[in-house]
Amino acid sequence: MTTYYSEEHEWISIEGETGTIGITEYAQNALGDIVFIEVPEVGNNYDKGDEIAVVESVKAASEIYTPVGGEVVAINENLESDPALVNAHPETDGWFYKISISDKGELDDLMDAAAYKAHIDGLE
Amino acid sequence: MSADTSNPLNTGDLLKTPLFALHEELGGKMVSFAGYALPVQYPLGVMGEHNHTRNAAGLFDVSHMGQVIITGPNADGWMENLVPGNIKDLAVNHIRYSMFTNDRGGIMDDLMITKRENDLFLVVNAACKTQDIAHMKAHLPEGFTLTEITDRALIALQGPKAAEVLSRFASGADQMDFMTYAEVTICGAECYISRSGYTGEDGHEISIPAHKAEEVCRALLAEEEVEAIGLGARDSLRLEAGLCLYGHDLTTETTPVEASLLWAISKRRREEGGFPGDHIILPQIKNKDYAKKRVGILPAGRAPAREGTVIVDAEGHEIGTITSGGFGPTFGGPVAMGYLKPQFAAIDTEVFLIVRGKSRPARVAKMPFIPQHYYRKT
Repeated sequence: MTTYYSEEHEWISIEGETGTIGITEYAQNALGDIVFIEVPEVGNNYDKGDEIAVVESVKAASEIYTPVGGEVVAINENLESDPALVNAHPETDGWFYKISISDKGELDDLMDAAAYKAHIDGLE
Repeated sequence: MSADTSNPLNTGDLLKTPLFALHEELGGKMVSFAGYALPVQYPLGVMGEHNHTRNAAGLFDVSHMGQVIITGPNADGWMENLVPGNIKDLAVNHIRYSMFTNDRGGIMDDLMITKRENDLFLVVNAACKTQDIAHMKAHLPEGFTLTEITDRALIALQGPKAAEVLSRFASGADQMDFMTYAEVTICGAECYISRSGYTGEDGHEISIPAHKAEEVCRALLAEEEVEAIGLGARDSLRLEAGLCLYGHDLTTETTPVEASLLWAISKRRREEGGFPGDHIILPQIKNKDYAKKRVGILPAGRAPAREGTVIVDAEGHEIGTITSGGFGPTFGGPVAMGYLKPQFAAIDTEVFLIVRGKSRPARVAKMPFIPQHYYRKT
């Protein structure tokens, strides 16, 4: 399983034609205590870069833009009752949605783990 | 993720409070607020800081606020020319919450007024202090003086353990009544303390000579009940307590009547008037005739409604706006306040909030959203 990262601090892990998407440890730390997450509806289609989810922390609302386009095939229903799951396990149990990737070429714009680490090191 | 939370603040152009170095040492995440560099949170985080204040004691730096002393013969009577509160009948060493109104009845700022033995001690909002001082100076009679105190820090110690902690340094502080004032010595520093605050909790605000502020704060923070609290939790605490934030819930476009602050205008002042905008405000009281009213709003579900959210009725007609909103950690869900047309302002009225294009149900609710814990002797 390969995982890619966006400059906006999303991760996407690829299994066949499906990508699982969430936010990174860096992002959850910057957002602080998460109190609400609005995830997309299963069956909806999005283009790369579309606003697809919203994360509300005690501080502010932040939009999530999908790093690849496609059809949403699953959402993490645990986030509705336990949004703090994203603070605790952002890159595993705190995933947001799964998407059937329409064009795997879009993954080329993303970073691998090493490049992402260099990216966030540059922000600090 | 779109929120710009990544870049450290360049604090070079901002004003610093006497506690700036301490905030940085404590790991405070500094932000710009009313021209000052202030901590939005410490490593404990907004939720943890909020809960700690409700459960024990929180220390807040509010040194950005303006501290002003007015002297002059019958200064209390003069003050009533500018505010609708009853200042003349305020006993010495007692505090009143009031507001500067303009000629149209709009609120220019809200403030705390302490009647001291020989003067009035005012605490005004940071963003308004220059304007407030100019406004007062423009109306200052011969023989009066106005002094802005710039050599004192102001902190708040708030929470159920706050008074007990402070009494270890200033004996008897825990016996003061709510909204009273005293002068005490803490760590050798002459401090002004008032049993007041802006969190809904018991506690004090403490004015400290700037050069002793860090020492006093370190001493308070060394007490096991006390944690440093940032602006983020200050906002969620005051919102749960139903308290207004100037510039958001109160503006020059809202009168005290519309802002549901009628309790701050005494019977005598309603009868006599004599404050700016009385010709607008008094008829609003008498005829119950005004365009909007500040109310509490509880969104159904978990999605917070932020400032600026449009409120509509069941048919989708716009009936108001949210002026403060977020998540209430103690309440355990989203809380908000805003202005509604008066016919929709009754408690439990169902309304709808337009959040990200979707209409979400909510209802008008009583404030505060959490029980207040002020210390009252009687």
